[in-house]
Amino acid sequence: MTSAGSSQFNLGSQSKRLPGAKILLECLAHEDVECVFGYPGGATLPLYDALYDHSIRHILVRHEQNAAFAAQGYARATGRVGVCCATSGPGATNLVTGLVDAMMDSIPIVAVTGQVPTKLIGSDAFQEADTFGITRSATKHNFLVKHVNQLPQAIHEAFYIAASGRPGPVLVDVAKDVFLEEAHYTPVTEIHLPGYKVFSSGHAGQVKRAAQMIWDAERPFVYAGGGIIAANASEELRAFVELIDAPAVCTLMGLGALPAEHPNFISLPGMHGSYAANMGMSHTDLIIALGVRFDDRVTGRLSSFAPHAKVIHVDIDPAEIGKNRRADLPIVGDVKHVLPKLTADVRHLAPAMKAHRAEARNAWWKQIREWKREHPLEPQISETEIKPQHLVAEIDRLSRGRAIVSSDVGQHQMWAAQFIRFNEPRLWINSGGLGSMGFGLPAAIGAQFACPEKLVFALVGDGGFQMSIPELATIANHALPIKIIVMNNGCLGMVRQWQQLFYKNRLCQVELNSFPDVEKLAGAYGFKGRTVEAVEELNRVMEEAVAEPGPYLLNVKVSCHENVYPMVPAGGAINEMVLGPPQPVEA
Amino acid sequence: MQQIISLLMENKPGALMRVTGVLTQRGYNIESLTVAHTVDPTLSRMTITVDVDAGVRAQVIKQMNRLINVLQATDVTDGPAANRELVLLRVRSGGLHRTAILDQAKKFHARVLDSTSEGFLLEATGDPKQLDQLVAIMSDYGRVEATRSGIVSMSLERKKLRLSAPVARRPAQTVARPGAEMSAPYEMQETE
Repeated sequence: MTSAGSSQFNLGSQSKRLPGAKILLECLAHEDVECVFGYPGGATLPLYDALYDHSIRHILVRHEQNAAFAAQGYARATGRVGVCCATSGPGATNLVTGLVDAMMDSIPIVAVTGQVPTKLIGSDAFQEADTFGITRSATKHNFLVKHVNQLPQAIHEAFYIAASGRPGPVLVDVAKDVFLEEAHYTPVTEIHLPGYKVFSSGHAGQVKRAAQMIWDAERPFVYAGGGIIAANASEELRAFVELIDAPAVCTLMGLGALPAEHPNFISLPGMHGSYAANMGMSHTDLIIALGVRFDDRVTGRLSSFAPHAKVIHVDIDPAEIGKNRRADLPIVGDVKHVLPKLTADVRHLAPAMKAHRAEARNAWWKQIREWKREHPLEPQISETEIKPQHLVAEIDRLSRGRAIVSSDVGQHQMWAAQFIRFNEPRLWINSGGLGSMGFGLPAAIGAQFACPEKLVFALVGDGGFQMSIPELATIANHALPIKIIVMNNGCLGMVRQWQQLFYKNRLCQVELNSFPDVEKLAGAYGFKGRTVEAVEELNRVMEEAVAEPGPYLLNVKVSCHENVYPMVPAGGAINEMVLGPPQPVEA
Repeated sequence: MQQIISLLMENKPGALMRVTGVLTQRGYNIESLTVAHTVDPTLSRMTITVDVDAGVRAQVIKQMNRLINVLQATDVTDGPAANRELVLLRVRSGGLHRTAILDQAKKFHARVLDSTSEGFLLEATGDPKQLDQLVAIMSDYGRVEATRSGIVSMSLERKKLRLSAPVARRPAQTVARPGAEMSAPYEMQETE
């Protein structure tokens, strides 16, 4: 498979013998890897020894789970493959949550793990775990490398698989002796995976039929998701939406795919989507689904979802089509390729069709605007306390649609998705599918390394923050100017919300007492921190945080009784939203 | 319902687990599974019989086709396909009914692999339902012990096999600066 090629690493035309650890680093360099998030250990000692004099940057995190999250933050912010590294046994098992998280959100990362020496595999050796078996269902694909000759091919295949098609995490488990074994290294020039099918172009006839369906629809509705971001197809989406002039929603994973300030953009749909988004979805006669998977948090009760709609479903993964909702017109392909074709076909039909549905389309827009007016998505602001929505609106004010916001999981995540405008893709970084608490802080680290010039907020709750609190050391270590905003309501807000609404207000294990003094906490790490409680101080303190050249830990005490609305109760139809808290009855 | 899936896959460690993982993840019980290499020793052919919810039959096939080691997964439940199974059957009749057992064996084209005063060891191949009958009949003559291979299946239709061609790994570039403009990582290979 391999053949000698030109190399920038002074290998010359003749290959030379290198130990596996160095070969691995050469492979990473060939993949343009600029940094690796990791944590060393026994099985990766030879690798870290080789790293000692290699130009690849290694970022030492404080827990392997956060290495995977940071690699994701890097990948989500750039579209490039994020790389993380851990040792055998506990190192590898600690990666698993981050891998599954990347799997659920289709994020390209490559994880390299050490394994006990080949001879000891299967002997319950010290720090041995069946990483290959454990991560089988946590990855898009994984490799166990037991011979140095297999190493280059495995690494390059891993990067190719992670980044192509529907992206995802790939793990390469390398036995310790493979790092030490020497072999002739020649760069891999070709990848051959006969069973790995990447569908990209989309069937031309289907695309043509889709264009006709779009013109035939009276109430078309664009439902765009993470696939648009993954494919870097925001421009194509925008051109398409503007041509057909349909209202559009972006899912939690797709926020920023269409600029939030675009006149056709409504909001996110689903469980905490806006009234207009969910009513639109429920009344449309044509859903144009682009890079989405009809997730249960979007559809609510599937049998009542969009009952009047035909569905055009474009997705790169054939297994997504028809999985939850039958597609009347499936198109298997990359939205980056399919959308321009679809736009061209729609434009081609425009002269003959434009007047066709003009009246119905006007009425549809009028209806959408009316829904928007009836129940607008607006943050509540109080004069006496900091409402959590107010805090999120402050981040929006300072971001102006251009900052990276890396969110944790819970109420703050939903409010951020509702109220922060993202005018570009890859600004909104959050754990959508898996909903992993502890994600926000390490992902912000990855994003800040990827985009050192960008303003990065880590918006976290007081629960999730404490799950990844050790990463404050990593932030201090590299003086990363991340603005850590803790939305502190003293409890696990989202769990409490469900206990209040669906478990008769029997609040169980949701109070978070003993939150540390952040001034002391951040001070202990050598950077600034403060707590703000008074609503009149909020905007000034937020500005101070943003102006600070280094890291800033801001603990914002918000009113503790707020819940996220609108809300579609689990298993409910999305047009059966609860729009706000129960109002007190007047005496 | 019982679904029969035929797979052509790379003969690599872990490939079997990836395929069965699609089923076990859903808590489905695999009734039978056979796997062996094909004419090309780098490839394996697998036949799985599994009890699935009818609604997810197509989904299961799609998810198997998504696996990198799988070249082709096909649902052969509704045929047309040849489904065959092999059974090794020990019949212990304590020396009785010897002629009757041999008579019945002959009807099922079963071969005698071993004969003792206790009884016989028979080998039969055929349609799984026929083998059920054989086992049932032999049970009337004595204690039986059976090892079945599970169904092996071959489609009677030739399904076109679509494989991905090799792709060139992109040449090493200078390391892009953080935040620098990114390019599509690879030339995508069209396989439709």
